[in-house]
Amino acid sequence: MNFELNAGEWLHVQGDNGIGKTSLFRAICTLAPIDEGEVLWNGQSIHQDLPLYLRDIFFVGHKLALKEELSALENLAIECKLMDVPFNELDLLQALAHFGLQGRERVPLGILSQGQKRRVALAKLKLAHAPLWILDEPLVALDASSIQLFTKLLEDHLEIGGQVLLTSHQRIELTGPGRVLSLSL
Amino acid sequence: MNAFLAILQRDLRVAMHRKVEVLSGLFFYLVVATLFPLAIGSDLDILRRIAPGILWVGALLSSMLTLGRLFEADWQDGSLEQLVLTPHNLSFLVLAKIISHWTLCGLPLVILAPVLGLMFDLPGNFVFVLMGTLLLGTPILSCLGAIASALTLGLRGGGVLISLLVLPLFVPVLVFGAGAVESLSAGLGTQAYFSILMAMLLPAVFFSPWACSAALRVTFE
Repeated sequence: MNFELNAGEWLHVQGDNGIGKTSLFRAICTLAPIDEGEVLWNGQSIHQDLPLYLRDIFFVGHKLALKEELSALENLAIECKLMDVPFNELDLLQALAHFGLQGRERVPLGILSQGQKRRVALAKLKLAHAPLWILDEPLVALDASSIQLFTKLLEDHLEIGGQVLLTSHQRIELTGPGRVLSLSL
Repeated sequence: MNAFLAILQRDLRVAMHRKVEVLSGLFFYLVVATLFPLAIGSDLDILRRIAPGILWVGALLSSMLTLGRLFEADWQDGSLEQLVLTPHNLSFLVLAKIISHWTLCGLPLVILAPVLGLMFDLPGNFVFVLMGTLLLGTPILSCLGAIASALTLGLRGGGVLISLLVLPLFVPVLVFGAGAVESLSAGLGTQAYFSILMAMLLPAVFFSPWACSAALRVTFE
């Protein structure tokens, strides 16, 4: 298997359950070892300057990496600090508002629904400055209007030259250059 | 540095919402220390003699009880993955986690020691030495335990394995920690014990985060 992603392009990886979409994405994120082959970033092996590469990617996996005890606002603030992204409260509130989470910013995440938690996790994308987004099943538990908001977010990101790598069993209508990659045995 | 503080702050805040988990270690320590005088009787000479040993064993067991959870929650909710994926040095972030664990599970034991010392009729200077050894010793327990916790992450029955892994490592800390008070009661100096504990603490703090991050990376692979 071989693929390339240029600035402003998206790649939707499809395939049956268990075909290895998640494994592929984890390998691209350096979370899983690669037996054979290589991941290149800007034409260089990612291991040449790993911190630089990690700065340039943002991964949202099956687990949302959110603390249920803390509020959405606190979770996003921590995320920004971990990513070294300067922020103020207004940015965080705007990111949450984009996903229609007004009024839910300061309650503990534990009492939100699955879909709302997923929206908080996706709101992180709005704050991340990373060009390459790696999204493993980002649409799980989202309602139709959230999917629309999310698609809008992806398109804005692609427009400014970002790249999106995603898996989903649902169709995502993205304009702009990109393609669907079907995995099969 | 920002990320380091963020982890520290996050773990402390999460703990504030999960008081039961934090308090369980402390409560266990209290129970152990309270039951011994009740079982042994009110012979003050005996109580005074066994106090340092009991308080140290209590601290050791209580830290074993809480160690399993050091990385568990972060692993479960995916935060650990994100830590590995930050551009920061993972060891540095792990150090923040160890420090927050000690602040929540080690420091309270040190603070509680004088109160429990009263129960065993320990004289003031003995209490000071005991607190000093706990102050140096409990961070060693957190550092060594963190390695075991990282190694056993995601294993079923990890708790038992942690105890087995850390027990031999904890023994020297226990011997020198409890030994200091013993030596004081024999009329000898305690400085050597403090020096040895310090000599154990420094490499533990230095190497433990590094070993933990290596173990955590293996867990993901």
